[in-house]
Amino acid sequence: MEAALISPAKAAVLGIPTVIFSLIIPVMGVAIFTYIIAKRLAPLIRALPDERRDYPAKRLASLFKYAIGQYKQPRYLVAGILHIVFFAGFIIISLRSITLVLLGISEGYHLPGLGGQWGTNYNVVKDVAATAVLGACIVAMIRRVVFKPERYKVPPTYGKDHTAEAIFVLLLISGLLISDAFFEGSLASAQIQKDLSPEWMLPGTLSWMAAGLLGSVSTASLQHIHIAAYFFHEVIFFFFLCFLPFGKHFHIITSFPNVFMRKLDKGSVKPVRWGVSDEQLDRLENFGVKKFEDFTWKHMLDFYTCADCGRCSDQCPANTVGRPLSPRFITIKCRDYSFRHYPLRGDFKISDEPLIGNILHEQEIWSCTTCGACEEECPVMIEYIDKIVDLRRFMVDEGMVPQSLQKPLGALEKRGNPYGKMERKRADWIKDKEFANTCTIKILERKVKAETLYFVDSVTSFDERIQQIGRSTARVLKAAGIDFGILGPAEVDSGHEVRRFGEEMLFQLLRDKNTLAILESSVKKIVTADPHAYNALKKDYGGLPETEHISQVIARALSEGKIRLQPLEEKGKVFTYHDPCYLGRHNGLYDIPRTIMDFIGGIERVEMGNRCKDRSFCCGGGGLYLYYEPEEEKRMGQVRVEMAAKAGANVIITACPFCMINLEDAVKTSGLEGKMEVIDLVELVDRQLMSAPQGRV
Amino acid sequence: MEILVCVKRVPDTAENEIIVNRDGTDIEREDLVFSVNEWDNYAVEEAIQIKDKVGGNVTVITVGNDDAEEVVRREMAMGADRGILLCDEAFEGSDGKGIASILKAEIVKGKYDLVLTGAQADDGAGQVGGMLAAMLDWPFASLVNKIEVIDDKKILVGREIAGGNQEINEIDLPCVLSIQTGINEPRYVGIRGIRKVASADIPVHGANDLELSPELVGPAGSLVKRLDFFVPEPGEGAKMLEGNTQEILDKLVEILKSKGGIK
Repeated sequence: MEAALISPAKAAVLGIPTVIFSLIIPVMGVAIFTYIIAKRLAPLIRALPDERRDYPAKRLASLFKYAIGQYKQPRYLVAGILHIVFFAGFIIISLRSITLVLLGISEGYHLPGLGGQWGTNYNVVKDVAATAVLGACIVAMIRRVVFKPERYKVPPTYGKDHTAEAIFVLLLISGLLISDAFFEGSLASAQIQKDLSPEWMLPGTLSWMAAGLLGSVSTASLQHIHIAAYFFHEVIFFFFLCFLPFGKHFHIITSFPNVFMRKLDKGSVKPVRWGVSDEQLDRLENFGVKKFEDFTWKHMLDFYTCADCGRCSDQCPANTVGRPLSPRFITIKCRDYSFRHYPLRGDFKISDEPLIGNILHEQEIWSCTTCGACEEECPVMIEYIDKIVDLRRFMVDEGMVPQSLQKPLGALEKRGNPYGKMERKRADWIKDKEFANTCTIKILERKVKAETLYFVDSVTSFDERIQQIGRSTARVLKAAGIDFGILGPAEVDSGHEVRRFGEEMLFQLLRDKNTLAILESSVKKIVTADPHAYNALKKDYGGLPETEHISQVIARALSEGKIRLQPLEEKGKVFTYHDPCYLGRHNGLYDIPRTIMDFIGGIERVEMGNRCKDRSFCCGGGGLYLYYEPEEEKRMGQVRVEMAAKAGANVIITACPFCMINLEDAVKTSGLEGKMEVIDLVELVDRQLMSAPQGRV
Repeated sequence: MEILVCVKRVPDTAENEIIVNRDGTDIEREDLVFSVNEWDNYAVEEAIQIKDKVGGNVTVITVGNDDAEEVVRREMAMGADRGILLCDEAFEGSDGKGIASILKAEIVKGKYDLVLTGAQADDGAGQVGGMLAAMLDWPFASLVNKIEVIDDKKILVGREIAGGNQEINEIDLPCVLSIQTGINEPRYVGIRGIRKVASADIPVHGANDLELSPELVGPAGSLVKRLDFFVPEPGEGAKMLEGNTQEILDKLVEILKSKGGIK
């Protein structure tokens, strides 16, 4: 077939065969790209080790779900749909881009399998994709320039606005799409002019429009357009490739490996250093993250992978209440630090200066409650909690601990609880007169045994309000016919927050004491009503009997008919369930507590809009967080209570002692006293218990 | 600058329930936990900060029994270079003057530019610093909440005086200062820090090492004798509120309202 136009593989400009450019551009592009990537890998090689090779099948599955499946994208609907269009479009058009590179060298080249009818079909799909992506580019630019979503803003403390970079990239993408359309359209128009049948184009697509636009242009001009469009495309394409590793679009390359190597065991905390046993920790020179190279290579990959979408900070409760923490900028600041200290040209500026006090700040790192909202939201599975804990480990080791936390930490060391109460008074909550008259609790010892251990933990043992939750738990366990006991004075704090505050060695002392006491009690099961203790025993300890949260025990007892709940007598009560972070996000127990509530006849239950389940809003944090005095404009608990009020609820049910403390406080400070009530799930069940064969007050 | 900080191991008031024993001679010590006297922590932190600025060494010293070694070690974990334990059966039962005499005997053996003590101890009378300075015949400033080094001969010392006013004094070295809380923010000492100094050598000096004559220390050398320990009877106008925290709070609010304390 006679060609309507000379292809870039055969054309010449000023006597120079263009095929030379078709060769030089890709070779240079790939060479420069390889050089940049090699430089970008340099810090990862100096980084600390990380273990990400386990569970390959699980990892592959999550690659399909989160990377290819774009699972988290629609959580922000408009941005999510735009991203899915970009992503799907890029995948489809990537084949075309490869073809185009080779077309410049060999006329009429097509990828294996994409000749003939398949090629025509592919082209139609590709044209649709290109048109959709260009549409998405336009919508995205309008959003960026006109609507300016709040979460893209850069507060002055964190640097300059990032809009220019975003618009620039959108223009590059548009340039790629339009140049390809003109490359194809010019050919089609020339073919029509020469009465050759052009490849069929779907009306309405970009290529179709370009062909129409160029319908009356002379063949000679079409030839120029054809070649110019081709090289325009090639230059943009390789420029874009080399531009990716300079900013947020690096995620196009790094997000697949980042998702594949994501953290699989939610709720856990990474070891101080991978490959270093607990016994060797005393000999480490440095603890945690002091300098940039103390991050693991995966955590550095996280920095590269951030798409700057701002979803983490949009969900972050600390950021919401005006604490000096924005997870997005932890990443962006560390990424920019990496770019500055590992420049493409010149020597690496490796420095021993601590990150804290330079690019990160003490208050910033202490502001995090480890609620996990940021990680839940991140579409590319960036981790924050482990990094925050590692930074705190450094601060603790250097003695940089807020004064308000030093007392409770000292008390935990000496007395095994943050209140500094005497060890022997740990079981005093069972001595409450009214309770003790009807309910006797075993304190497990050498000769006193039980099947199940109720792990009480410090707050329930010593806080007067929370002791009521302890007593309700005991009554419900009795009603369910469970043979249980407590450790009493042999129990110490679970150390859940001690660990997350970075005092690893103290955590290990507490863990070892509890582990020994639990194993000596020879119980078969553990139950706790405190999600923090639950998470600690499940994720931070090892070699213990199976641990359950009380809600799991209640749900089973209900379904087996061991306990039954009375319908509500009171009218006009609207209930809402507040998901505790360490029960919900970190352990996935969303439905069980709701199911339990629905067992109560006549209950009216509402959700707090979309701020429920994995988007639950942290109450302010448990354990040591009760002692931390943050800089903030508002209490997190207050924000949460207002969400409940807005949802029309007047009873908040939660399932965590710390949520109770924070929310009850917030009810008072929000002036909702008498209008809003906070009840623990186990207290609610205790109130509604129908028959009480034993131990019912 | 060579700095010596005198510290004391005391029952931790925040983490104990202090009960007087049946004879009224002492408090029940069985269930007690001990820590470094709070004021002393600030003194050590201040010494470390001065050392970081102008160089030198920080030595921590305590008078006490074998158990007192743990507080010296803790302060070494904080960043003190050396520790000394002054321990002898003869020292037991010393009053403030006795303790000052023991400290003085050690201090004159060394060469110190600056001696810091806490302004007072949880279980003390706030007298050792002043007496020590008098015995050494060195200048003394009490309740210090600011220190600025001028040169190796002089320092500026700030003291908080009545009404929250600040007084600034120039004082010659060597001198003794008693340190008030709030002068700085003492750093945290973690378990790892303590373990790091677990095998550090802490010399123990007794009465013989210090060439102290027995009549200066112990009960024989004491000019003050403790006679009794008791919990004061509620006096007139004092009212003990009873009940759980919520009830106590409600009653308190009620009283404050009725007396016009709050509206």
